[in-house]
Amino acid sequence: MSKSCSLSSSACSVFAFIQHRYMTMHFSFLSWHAKGVLILCATLLLSSCGSGESRVESGNRDGVLHIGNFAEPQTLDPHIHTGVPENHISMALFEGLVSAHPKTLQPIPGMAERWEVSEDGKTYRFYIRKNAKWSDGVSITAEDYRWSWERASSPMMGNQYAYMLYIIKNVEAWGNGTLKDFDQVGVRVIDEHTLEVELENPAPYFLNLLNHHSFYAVPRHVVLAHGKMTDQYTQWVRPGNIVSNGPFMLKDWKIYHQLTVEKNPNYWDADTVKLNEITFYPVENYSTEERMFRAGQIHKTEDIPLDKIPYYRANEPEKFRNNPYLGTYYYQFNVTRPPFNDVRVRRAFALAIDRKTIAKDIMYGVVDPSYSITPPGLSGYNPPKLVSFDPKEAKRLLAEAGYPEGKGFPEVDLLYNTNESHRKIAVAVQQMWKNILNVSVGLTNQEWKVYIDSRNRLDYDIARAGWIGDYVDPMNFLDLGLSSNGNNRSGYNVPEYDQMILKTIPEASSPEQRLEEFYKAETRFMTDLPFVPIYNYKTKYLVHPSVKGLHPNYLDYYYFKYVSLEKEGN
Amino acid sequence: MAISNFDETEVGQSLWQDAKQRLRKNKLAIFGLTVLLVIGLACLLAPWITPYGYEEQNLGLGATAPSWQHWMGTDNLGRDLLTRVLYGGRVSITVGLIATGVALLVGVTWGAIAGYIGGRTDAIMMRIVDIIYALPFMIFIVLLMVIFGRSLLLLFLAIGLVEWLTMARIVRGQVQSLKQLEFVEAARSMGLSQWTIIRRHIIPNAIGPVIVYTTLTIPNVMLLEAFLSFLGLGIQAPQSSWGLLISAGVETMEEYPWLLIFPGVTLSLVLFSLNFLGDGLRDALDVRASKD
Amino acid sequence: MGKFIFYRVLQAIPVLWIVVTITFFLVRFAPGGPFDAEKSVPPVVKAALEAQYNLDQPLISQYFSYMGDLLQGDLGPTFKYPGRSVNELIATGFPVTAELGLYAILVALVIGGIAGIVAALKPNSTQDYVSMSIAMIGICMPTFLLGPLLVLVFGIWLEWLPVSGWGDLPGDKILPSITLGAMYAAYVARLSRGGMMEVMSQDYIRTARAKGLPNYMVVLKHGLRGGILPVVSYLGPAFAGILSGSFVIETVFQIHGLGRFYVQAAFNRDYTLILGCTVFLAGLIILFNLLSDVVAAYLNPRLRSEVGSK
Repeated sequence: MSKSCSLSSSACSVFAFIQHRYMTMHFSFLSWHAKGVLILCATLLLSSCGSGESRVESGNRDGVLHIGNFAEPQTLDPHIHTGVPENHISMALFEGLVSAHPKTLQPIPGMAERWEVSEDGKTYRFYIRKNAKWSDGVSITAEDYRWSWERASSPMMGNQYAYMLYIIKNVEAWGNGTLKDFDQVGVRVIDEHTLEVELENPAPYFLNLLNHHSFYAVPRHVVLAHGKMTDQYTQWVRPGNIVSNGPFMLKDWKIYHQLTVEKNPNYWDADTVKLNEITFYPVENYSTEERMFRAGQIHKTEDIPLDKIPYYRANEPEKFRNNPYLGTYYYQFNVTRPPFNDVRVRRAFALAIDRKTIAKDIMYGVVDPSYSITPPGLSGYNPPKLVSFDPKEAKRLLAEAGYPEGKGFPEVDLLYNTNESHRKIAVAVQQMWKNILNVSVGLTNQEWKVYIDSRNRLDYDIARAGWIGDYVDPMNFLDLGLSSNGNNRSGYNVPEYDQMILKTIPEASSPEQRLEEFYKAETRFMTDLPFVPIYNYKTKYLVHPSVKGLHPNYLDYYYFKYVSLEKEGN
Repeated sequence: MAISNFDETEVGQSLWQDAKQRLRKNKLAIFGLTVLLVIGLACLLAPWITPYGYEEQNLGLGATAPSWQHWMGTDNLGRDLLTRVLYGGRVSITVGLIATGVALLVGVTWGAIAGYIGGRTDAIMMRIVDIIYALPFMIFIVLLMVIFGRSLLLLFLAIGLVEWLTMARIVRGQVQSLKQLEFVEAARSMGLSQWTIIRRHIIPNAIGPVIVYTTLTIPNVMLLEAFLSFLGLGIQAPQSSWGLLISAGVETMEEYPWLLIFPGVTLSLVLFSLNFLGDGLRDALDVRASKD
Repeated sequence: MGKFIFYRVLQAIPVLWIVVTITFFLVRFAPGGPFDAEKSVPPVVKAALEAQYNLDQPLISQYFSYMGDLLQGDLGPTFKYPGRSVNELIATGFPVTAELGLYAILVALVIGGIAGIVAALKPNSTQDYVSMSIAMIGICMPTFLLGPLLVLVFGIWLEWLPVSGWGDLPGDKILPSITLGAMYAAYVARLSRGGMMEVMSQDYIRTARAKGLPNYMVVLKHGLRGGILPVVSYLGPAFAGILSGSFVIETVFQIHGLGRFYVQAAFNRDYTLILGCTVFLAGLIILFNLLSDVVAAYLNPRLRSEVGSK
């Protein structure tokens, strides 16, 4: 407190000095100007002479967590939002039918206290807690879930994650609009607290999906009070209207400014919840965010500027977190036009990328070099490693394709969206291709939406891309190669591969068999090589040491109910 | 004294000669001119000054502080900063000169016509300026890029297109007040043609604020280039410019301060020199100030 | 004068109409739509979204329905933030940006004005060079550099002022105002110096001096009035420029102003929000240009007749 008060006195002396200078200049007419400045500054400084306690300090005392959350949330409707910032807030406000262990992400009871799985692995029966309530005290029933999933997958809703529910029997047909009656999908209300779900095929990851926001229940009674079931333009998510079933409930939401949630007394496990409030700040600029962190305005950042990493690693390692994150950063080729319609050229380019150097020298070692499109550690799956750094073989392949020493190679461009680290990697890779293959590749950076448009229209030669998994299963990465998948964007269209992904794998007889089929599929994909993996993502952010219980996990999901703040931590 | 303004046969020729002499006497202006020439020349002769290429990387080296090998240090891809500043200068100086030239040409002409003719023409011309002012610049640029592809020429054009607007407003204001001054009215009453009046009396008198604003436009243009490059319209990596070097330097100013200081100081040096030169020019060309 | 203002307001109507129309079609032709995202959107979903926002109608009928709503003051719903209207966003963001802009203009006028006048009184002296060099800082240091630098010095190292926010922590309005004002201070300084020197060399100033008026009286009575003329005609567009250009400051200092809405809207292709902000800012630009013309006319008696005759 003393700090900011002493400020105003010393600052005032600075302004007094300025005034003195003006007076000695013999322009008496200016003195009223100078006086005006003085008065203005004095008022501003006096008003700054408030409490010297930082938000982190007061937060630690009052149990309020302040976190940087990157962007203004689009909406809090879990059936509409798509981004990571919204997901962080949603996870505080809502809880799935099944929740997950904060470290391992293994399914643990959530709104359902227990469940049963049928012999064939296709039918699940969930028993919802008797004390499951919305934050306004209204009970949560099986019908809430049936209704919510109808809403989430309805073709009228415009839910971009509706496909997540297609795992349930007949939901895909309902979502396409071909099936008009939701009663025919595999969701049945047995009684008020019992829900039965029938899947299209057995899926070991179904219980994990229930933890995803597209499967959250929304309060039917509140949604309908503010509009129709599938309205996007409604006020139900506003403060004062919205009720939720998670550990926290919405308290205040100032657009582009801050969003605050407070402890939900009606949450079934309210005793576990230690925080009183969480405030989310939409800080788009990572440098600003890091300064806010240093000044004690936030407990946790969303990200950290790359060049700050060496400092924190060396001097304040206890604040820097760097954990595996389910995602792959890759380059993709437009396989529909020369020269990248030739697999030898693609392979030559892939083998000429030194991933270790990129991970170590450009990314400061906060990512892991990647040699397969699926990240490591996906439920017992070990991906094949078919690309590596092999300059000799790269040169040979390029010569074989008709471009010895890069001679006669057409002009091609590498496309990336404007971003400092994409640019650095692109510049480095450009140099590697130049040095090893003697090929000059141009660089093109585009503004985000233009870049997406170019990729959608296959108007590129090589493009930077990335994929973050929604659930922990190889399927989530390997289905990118489907000819029908809108996220493919490379023109890769191999019916055999489609067959493997759409038929062989879902109909695998056992989990072991399924993993084997994945291995075969990925071997095929990485031999055809429409995508070239560069690195596996890792989260990188700063956390104040007073924050306890914010466990890292593969999906970077935050289970705030376990988080607490240590008062003496500083 | 005001009579000298009417002496048409002399004003036209002697204006520039007088100005040249006055400029030569202004030490700061000459200093500014020298600095500009030295920096410009250095950028032009970059390949003979540094042994490195602007795209030449040394990933193992990374960012290093200034040393004998690298006078300005290296960036985090291990590229020599001096080389990048010199090559970046080529881009920035070219953009600055050409885009400002475009803005100057269009803005002065537009403003002078509107201000001199006045009335309905003036109203329409200035409302067109208002309209262009109000359009969302970013969307406009993205569209330009999509329609015409990216090129440096387009970059100049885009920058010129926004920068002439303020110039037009300023010139119009000046001309409007000038045309009512006694000597202009006197010239009119003497039966001089419109064009002669504009050339002999309006332009020389309005030139002061134009020069001042021009020296303010150049830095603006150089920084705008960095924004357009961000949108994908401008130059592409590994090429760079002063604006891009500075905006990258800001991000690492605590870790690698030299990456901000050297491009920053270079740009500041150029801007200060430009201002000294601009002031000198303005004073030298001012027909009235000379009489003191 | 009243007539002049009336005609200018009348002229504003076609100007606004042209701005809206051009922008309406401009944004539609920019690549990437409001619902294009990293994850591809299935056609069924996209169709449903477009239907919810009437994007499935022919463009021309969308245009007419937009114009119809606009006449009633309804700027429509945003695409990016379901459930929020453009009116609401502008109503939240504008006061913040306007306040920031106002402080910035004050900073610019005080610093720039003093520097410019002091410089013009003794041209080409040390006094001139020093004051103009100080004013130049704002130009040599673009806002994206000056902002972080000030934050580093006053926020992080000295811990005098908050590093971010607007109205959240005491004193958090000081750094953003100074940062934004600094750039304009340089312009004001240059323009006022130029204007003053222009005026001080006029015959009537000589006459005043010859009559034996003390120097400061000459400056105060005649010089200042004429000297700030270029500043005034600059202020109108400058204030409008501040409103649309405060994006960088708002991002660096984490301020919830209109500048961020506008630029984010452009990045998001949030058609209605872009249009809404454009229309709103266009109205302000017209208003401020008009104001600065009116003030300029008052300050310059010779112009008054010209303005009055229209």
